[in-house]
Amino acid sequence: MLNSLCSSETNKQEDNFAPCVYKPVGFSVAFRHDTILARQPHLQTAGKLLCFGPSNSEGAGKVRLLKKVPALKDGDFTLAECTAILLYLSRKYNTPDHWYPSDIQKRAQVDEYLSWHHANIRANAPKTMWIKVLIPLFTGQPLPSEKLQEVMEGLSTSLKQFEERFLQDKAFIIGSEISLADLVAIVELMQPVGVGCDIFEDRPRLMEWRRRVEDAVGKELFFQAHEMILSVKELSNIQIDPALKEQLAPVLMKMLK
Amino acid sequence: MGLELYLDLLSQPCRSIYIFARSNNIPFEFKHVELMKGQHRTEEFRKVNILMKVPALKDGSFTLAESIAILLYLARKFKTPDHWYPSDLQKRARVDEYLSWQHVNIRGKGSKLFLTKVLLPLLTGQPLSPEKLESVTEELNIVLNQFEEKFLQDKPFIAGSEVSLADLVALVELMQPVGAGYDLFEERPKLAEWRRQVEEAVGKQLFQEAHEGILKAKNLTADKIAPDLLEHFKHQLLKQTS
Repeated sequence: MLNSLCSSETNKQEDNFAPCVYKPVGFSVAFRHDTILARQPHLQTAGKLLCFGPSNSEGAGKVRLLKKVPALKDGDFTLAECTAILLYLSRKYNTPDHWYPSDIQKRAQVDEYLSWHHANIRANAPKTMWIKVLIPLFTGQPLPSEKLQEVMEGLSTSLKQFEERFLQDKAFIIGSEISLADLVAIVELMQPVGVGCDIFEDRPRLMEWRRRVEDAVGKELFFQAHEMILSVKELSNIQIDPALKEQLAPVLMKMLK
Repeated sequence: MGLELYLDLLSQPCRSIYIFARSNNIPFEFKHVELMKGQHRTEEFRKVNILMKVPALKDGSFTLAESIAILLYLARKFKTPDHWYPSDLQKRARVDEYLSWQHVNIRGKGSKLFLTKVLLPLLTGQPLSPEKLESVTEELNIVLNQFEEKFLQDKPFIAGSEVSLADLVALVELMQPVGAGYDLFEERPKLAEWRRQVEEAVGKQLFQEAHEGILKAKNLTADKIAPDLLEHFKHQLLKQTS
């Protein structure tokens, strides 16, 4: 049901062996930074083909035993996990050095963030969306406010650590230039924003960082990638098939834990 | 001042770094940070890692946390043999894929079983409910199945025919539930064989030395934990094992 829009983008000098990335447009947070990275101009001129397909279609299912997005298929080679995909793309297409610097200490700082991200920002930020929109949509019931409060507290702790350890007084995580670390962080943090929990509101340093990231990526591309997330609340008005509701409700509740 | 590694071998990510560094003869000073004594919460350690977690690395004025970042840094700086983090794009991607997936899966569920079975009863003084144990064991088994089906498949190692960082990181995590008394290798012959090969690749003696502490974890008693830490640990644990 999480209906994926299909859009495909081909470059005139399309390479038949260019990688194909399966992901629904909109819901999977992880896909957004792949899109943003992939749409940087130099990657388009390298003749990349990006196709977005429904996440649970057979093709995508074959690609991913774990049935999750994002996923990449490059000839016979399939790959999951957004960090792995981002690194693969940046290496294969020789993206500008700042995305994953060759300097081993700066590179280590990117690795450090990408690792920490999983159990921290990523542990809580997506839950805001589940709690405020998706779970009530599927279960027909709002969740108690304590649940959201718990998540926001966890997120608050992570944000404090993010500012103290990773951002500090720098323009970006590794210093003066944007890298994969900033990209991965920002797309996750746009989720609470999309459901009305504006975590940037009382955090001027974070807000400034966000502005710099948007500028570095390109404002238009950034907002295009976040269109659906920023209007996710409109989903609340959609009718869902009751059988599907019954099937997915317990799964969604488990994801909250 | 040379390379310093801040470690407690009771911690899985610390073990992967210790084994990797020793196996590759990387010179370092072992800085023991005893978690049970709360040494990770001292002002001194906070200067190395403000997030107060092990493992941590200090190389001159450069500090680094997160075991994956540390392992990659060591591999690059000391130019370890290619198979640890293959230069072949696709093999490397396989290693990255596992290292990413494992955080909330093998690491998440393996830790949870250990914390639930060993630390929680110790800190709360309450016996472990069989339902709770069954539930965390089931969660671990689901990810073990995924590990075997998706990551290992019919290959000797995750990236193919040679051991890599992915295998090392995976195995040290799986030793945590073993330390809790859950021998997950018993009924999984493919995993047992893989384990044997990884141990051989890093050096059996080194592997066993690194795991001496965790394999005695069942004997941990509450008095081994610094009293002022008890409440803090208990609070943290209840959150992590819910």
